[in-house]
Amino acid sequence: MANEIQESIARRAAKELNGPCVVNLGIGIPTLVAKYIDDEQVYFHTENGLLGVTDVDEENKDPNLVNAGKLPVGETIGASFFNSAESFGMIRGGHVDVAILGVLQMDQSGKIANWAVPGKNIMGVGGAMDLLVGAKKVIVTTTHTAKDGSSKLLKECTFPITSTRSVDMIITELAVFEVKEKKLELVELMPGATLDEVKEKTEAEFSIRLKEGAL
Amino acid sequence: MTKLLPDGTSALEAVKTGDTIMVGGFGLIGAPLTLIDALTNKDVKDLTIISNNLGEKGKGLGILLGEKKIKKGIGSYFTSNRDVGDAYQRGEIELELLPQGTLSESIRAGGAGIGGYYTKTGVGTELAKNKEEREINGERYIFEQAIRANVALIRAWKADTLGNLVYYKTARNFNPVMATAADVVIAEVDEIVEPGELSPEEIVTPHLFVDGILLASKILTNEGVVSHG
Repeated sequence: MANEIQESIARRAAKELNGPCVVNLGIGIPTLVAKYIDDEQVYFHTENGLLGVTDVDEENKDPNLVNAGKLPVGETIGASFFNSAESFGMIRGGHVDVAILGVLQMDQSGKIANWAVPGKNIMGVGGAMDLLVGAKKVIVTTTHTAKDGSSKLLKECTFPITSTRSVDMIITELAVFEVKEKKLELVELMPGATLDEVKEKTEAEFSIRLKEGAL
Repeated sequence: MTKLLPDGTSALEAVKTGDTIMVGGFGLIGAPLTLIDALTNKDVKDLTIISNNLGEKGKGLGILLGEKKIKKGIGSYFTSNRDVGDAYQRGEIELELLPQGTLSESIRAGGAGIGGYYTKTGVGTELAKNKEEREINGERYIFEQAIRANVALIRAWKADTLGNLVYYKTARNFNPVMATAADVVIAEVDEIVEPGELSPEEIVTPHLFVDGILLASKILTNEGVVSHG
């Protein structure tokens, strides 16, 4: 079950989506973003073969209608189904506007690691590498720290990176960063967060350019 | 000659020890569960299985893994079945991890008579190791080889008796591309109809790709996998 921290991150990410646009949501916090969107022209794409993802109520669940996290979803009016090769043609070919992804780690140039942990049984790249090369804009939604309290925003990733491409924006429960010319810029503090707390929990170097009215 | 197959055993006549087999599905969704069950019961081993996942723990291809019939798995997401990682750590199986778009495109290429292609996906990562790299229009690409199999086991919704196939919602996934990329292609379906009942406009897999059709007796429901028939 999603907790309030995850919901607050998803709510903030939803503000970045203004239609018309095609959006692919990753597993975890990214999936939560959809419920905060009330714009008919934000079209959700899922790489297992559906453009026009929407939520589904309990009684209409269909075991053969799922998102990339294998969770039950619905289809919108105007939705379409397609095979995996065509779906990834859409992604690599630059037809998806925004991808929202979760991460294990990020570095201070905006590169992410989210597909493997050396020595552990996490061996699932799925569509992450394709989304990073193909999506026009990539937004990361993640908790600021790992379960052990260590920062997920590192000087350098210790896990294998997913792509040489830097993401465009990072949203955590503490802060919003934009990535400009492979450097992190703190542009917003999340409600209740302080600059000192962000500095304390961020190993990566970043500059500060808080936007007007961001507080 | 009819393409209709009476049971799972006859559907898998072509499968031999050491074969490379494509199996459709995204986890259990769109996976040919009846054919996977028949494969589990067949006396073959050292199989190379090409499928997005190796099933879930104790379900679908996960059962085949438990029977130690898989020598190598080629897929994009093995995290969904913890048994896969455990078997890998014990050195019982080989794994080849590919980005999902590369897996599906390599199969598409294999079915379309293409030897390989260049993609930006994976450039500069561990998955690009030992892969040829070249620059095209100022951007880095890596070479990926096409994939084919001896046998493809796929899942569709309806077939006509000629072997034309239509699919159901997100159970389509890898199935239509796998239908093109193996020497022998067997489709498991919910319903078999007469030619003419499927509109030519709606057919996704034309019959020339399909060698055999089997009526499904293991069905994925909201309550899990159910057997009938």
